[in-house]
Amino acid sequence: MTSPPIYDVLVVGAGLAGMRAALSAHQQGVSVAILTKVHPIRSHSNAAQGGINAALTDREDKWEDHAFETVKGSDYLADQDGVEVLSQEAGQDIITLEHMGVIFNRNEEGHLGTRRFGGQKKARTFFVSDFTGQAMLHVLYEQLMQANLPVYEEWFVTSLVKDDQGHCAGLVAFEIRTGRFSLFRAKTVIMASGGLGRVYEPSTNALICTGDGMALAYRAGAPLMDMEMVQYHPTTLKGKGLLITEAARGEGAYLLNKDGDRFMKHYAPTMLELASRDVVSRAEQIEINEGRGIKGCVLLDCRHLGRPFLQDRLGQIYAEAQTFASIDLAEEPLPIRPGMHYQMGGIKTDTEGRCWDTTGTWKGLPGLFAAGETACVSLHGGNRLGANSLLDTIVFGRRAGHCAAEYARTIPLPSISEHLMENDQQFVASLLARQGPGERAAAIRLEMGRTMNRYVSVFREQEGLETARQQIQELKARWPAITIQDKGQVFNTGMIAVLELSFMLDCAEAIIEGALTRTESRGAHFRTDYLDRDDEDWLKHILLYHQPGKIPDAGFLPVHITQWQPQIRVY
Amino acid sequence: MQTTLRVRRYNPDNPEPKPFFEDYHLELDPSDSVLDGLIKVRETLDDSLALRCSCRGAICGSCGMRINGHAALACKTKVVSVAPLGGTIEVEPMNNMPVIKDLVTDMGPFWEKIRQVQPWLRPAEPAPVTEFVAPPESMRHLEGVMSCIMCGVCVSDCTVLEVDKRFIGPAALAKAYRFVADPRDIATSIRLETLNQPTGMWDCTRCMECIQVCPKGVGPMDRIMALRSMAMAEKMPDTCGSRHAEVFTDIIKHKGILDEPMLAIRTFGLKHIGRLLDMLPMVIQSLFKGKVPWSGPLHRPISSIQHIQRLFKRVRTKS
Repeated sequence: MTSPPIYDVLVVGAGLAGMRAALSAHQQGVSVAILTKVHPIRSHSNAAQGGINAALTDREDKWEDHAFETVKGSDYLADQDGVEVLSQEAGQDIITLEHMGVIFNRNEEGHLGTRRFGGQKKARTFFVSDFTGQAMLHVLYEQLMQANLPVYEEWFVTSLVKDDQGHCAGLVAFEIRTGRFSLFRAKTVIMASGGLGRVYEPSTNALICTGDGMALAYRAGAPLMDMEMVQYHPTTLKGKGLLITEAARGEGAYLLNKDGDRFMKHYAPTMLELASRDVVSRAEQIEINEGRGIKGCVLLDCRHLGRPFLQDRLGQIYAEAQTFASIDLAEEPLPIRPGMHYQMGGIKTDTEGRCWDTTGTWKGLPGLFAAGETACVSLHGGNRLGANSLLDTIVFGRRAGHCAAEYARTIPLPSISEHLMENDQQFVASLLARQGPGERAAAIRLEMGRTMNRYVSVFREQEGLETARQQIQELKARWPAITIQDKGQVFNTGMIAVLELSFMLDCAEAIIEGALTRTESRGAHFRTDYLDRDDEDWLKHILLYHQPGKIPDAGFLPVHITQWQPQIRVY
Repeated sequence: MQTTLRVRRYNPDNPEPKPFFEDYHLELDPSDSVLDGLIKVRETLDDSLALRCSCRGAICGSCGMRINGHAALACKTKVVSVAPLGGTIEVEPMNNMPVIKDLVTDMGPFWEKIRQVQPWLRPAEPAPVTEFVAPPESMRHLEGVMSCIMCGVCVSDCTVLEVDKRFIGPAALAKAYRFVADPRDIATSIRLETLNQPTGMWDCTRCMECIQVCPKGVGPMDRIMALRSMAMAEKMPDTCGSRHAEVFTDIIKHKGILDEPMLAIRTFGLKHIGRLLDMLPMVIQSLFKGKVPWSGPLHRPISSIQHIQRLFKRVRTKS
């Protein structure tokens, strides 16, 4: 077959960040394409329920307040230059989305309506019922169809490629439908491939969230930052770990223990159920651990909100509770527990989405950009506020697209040879050629997920983390023994599962290394052997550089502080 | 409980690719979904079984397939709801679209039809500095149709598409309605005109299948009916479809009972005499079986016709 055209900007992933980045680059007049392993509409941005934050100044909200609460929520690990950009540009980006067609909820006067969300004193979360992410994703896809941008749907990336100067020059991918490999040449690549939730079992994340982008960038030389910061969402369903939106608490739902006590008053006397997620998840876990839970859960009580209100403002979770937990939210409290939800860390970028440092304080991969959950600006530091992730994708997707387009104009076309894809082709062929009943990818994945959920969860300590490191190493050693029954080329999902697993094992290793390195408690990273936040030694980011076959190299970066000095964090 | 998943399989990689059924026997929990079952098959018995799935929570729209003959999301279909006492569950790929492999269908034609309705907002320009002001109830109303996750389930079971591939289909029409009903969109008339064409909104036969199978309560057929009302209210050029609706109403109003021959004659008229003549064989067959009803002046109004007319009056004053 003929090679695909050379693109100025090639975006990997078609969730909110990816589509926003592509549209923004397209507006700059450069050539853009998106490559994604699922149809854009299937992306995990769909799952964001509650809303998107913005401080609109015309309604007496201040961006500084939003920024401060984000910084406080992050337990002071967020880089404040990035947070300032996030909260300053939020308002305009929400208006742009509205003009594109998002059907945001309105108040009586027909202006945008808001609801309250966790970690924030003011109601500044804009929303579409409780399917805000889906409503935004579909509108961005509408815009993508209108712009008629090329989308390589259901293509799977196997590696990033570099030219002789070590500049990112494109990637190797295969078409899932045919198994056919292609080398994609591009001046810049924007990684917008989402999170890594499936490293954990259970997780709120979709089955496609396998950390592909993080692992690909990591293997190609870009550092991963703050990987130990894994958010456990306070309200997930038992079993498969499906998400129940924070909007439930934002709209007034209570958390109760088995005695019917609203226990959050003991942990966060002012903000109660709407304290930061790390605080609420820890409180719940303590209640459960100390025997005040019910079968490993506490209760989310929505009864006083009334059926009409629930159906109107929280319709999706009302249906979800009925379908997946057989509970009528208007009649019964819902058993929930903390569950893995979001990776605050990721591919280190600056505020323009660049994965390399133009001033040379940290290394990276020139030509590579990242945005959304796969990236780490860092906006969320040790703990992300609810409704800041959608905002992150929109603001920093746009900025990454813009910067990549401008940068692409300044550099020559990549010159790389076609044989760069042969390695990957041969590797996949050798995977398929393995004979006999060997290991099953699913079994290894399950062990990995359970290990992570046991030792690298809400509470962590040295011994457990070392056990986890040991177990992940063992699983990595077993990976080459996996065999695939399906030897075909068409839609070989068995083979994809094996490749995804190898990405996830790299991500798991990075999470554990970060968690072992950070000997303090901050945000979502709570060490029972180091109970306090230690600003003197640990007000800094941990960068991990991939070392094939070895433990990653760790580096450190100071936290960028503009106007909010670290304070004691109480809610 | 012991369950058998009987899966319709197809692999183009096989030397002689032909669809066949394969039975997988496995132990499932009553709370499991059909998707849980299929994942279990894929992960423990046979990794060559191809299907799309992602969110597990009826949000992403990946896992549309036919389960015991009706399209559904596998993640939202509980095993107990389709096989309460265990037993066999038949799983097949969605209908009305080509199969790529096993349960994976080619959604290309589906998206092509979505594109046909120009599915993007066309707002007034220039845009205001802040948001468009819009009545809260209009946005809330649109939530119903924005809940559509584009899973293709309605298209799979659409009985019109089964006989006419050109029909634009329930998903695209529901998507079109989303813009027609958006107060910010200024292209309403153009959109309605396009949908008023053959293969558009008037080709739906109102079988209700799409309403029944939609996993998100979007009610595509209701949206199609709303589009029709809007087109008629906008005085779009009449079509056989809109005339059918008008003549139907008129006959009922005057006779209280349907005069089928007259309905056909007045709907098609001279303009579509060909389509009327196409019906002749059926008419002749019906004649022989004594099934052609009286028509025209011979078709008498029902005795309590004044009740019907009162109903019409009441509906008119209400609307």
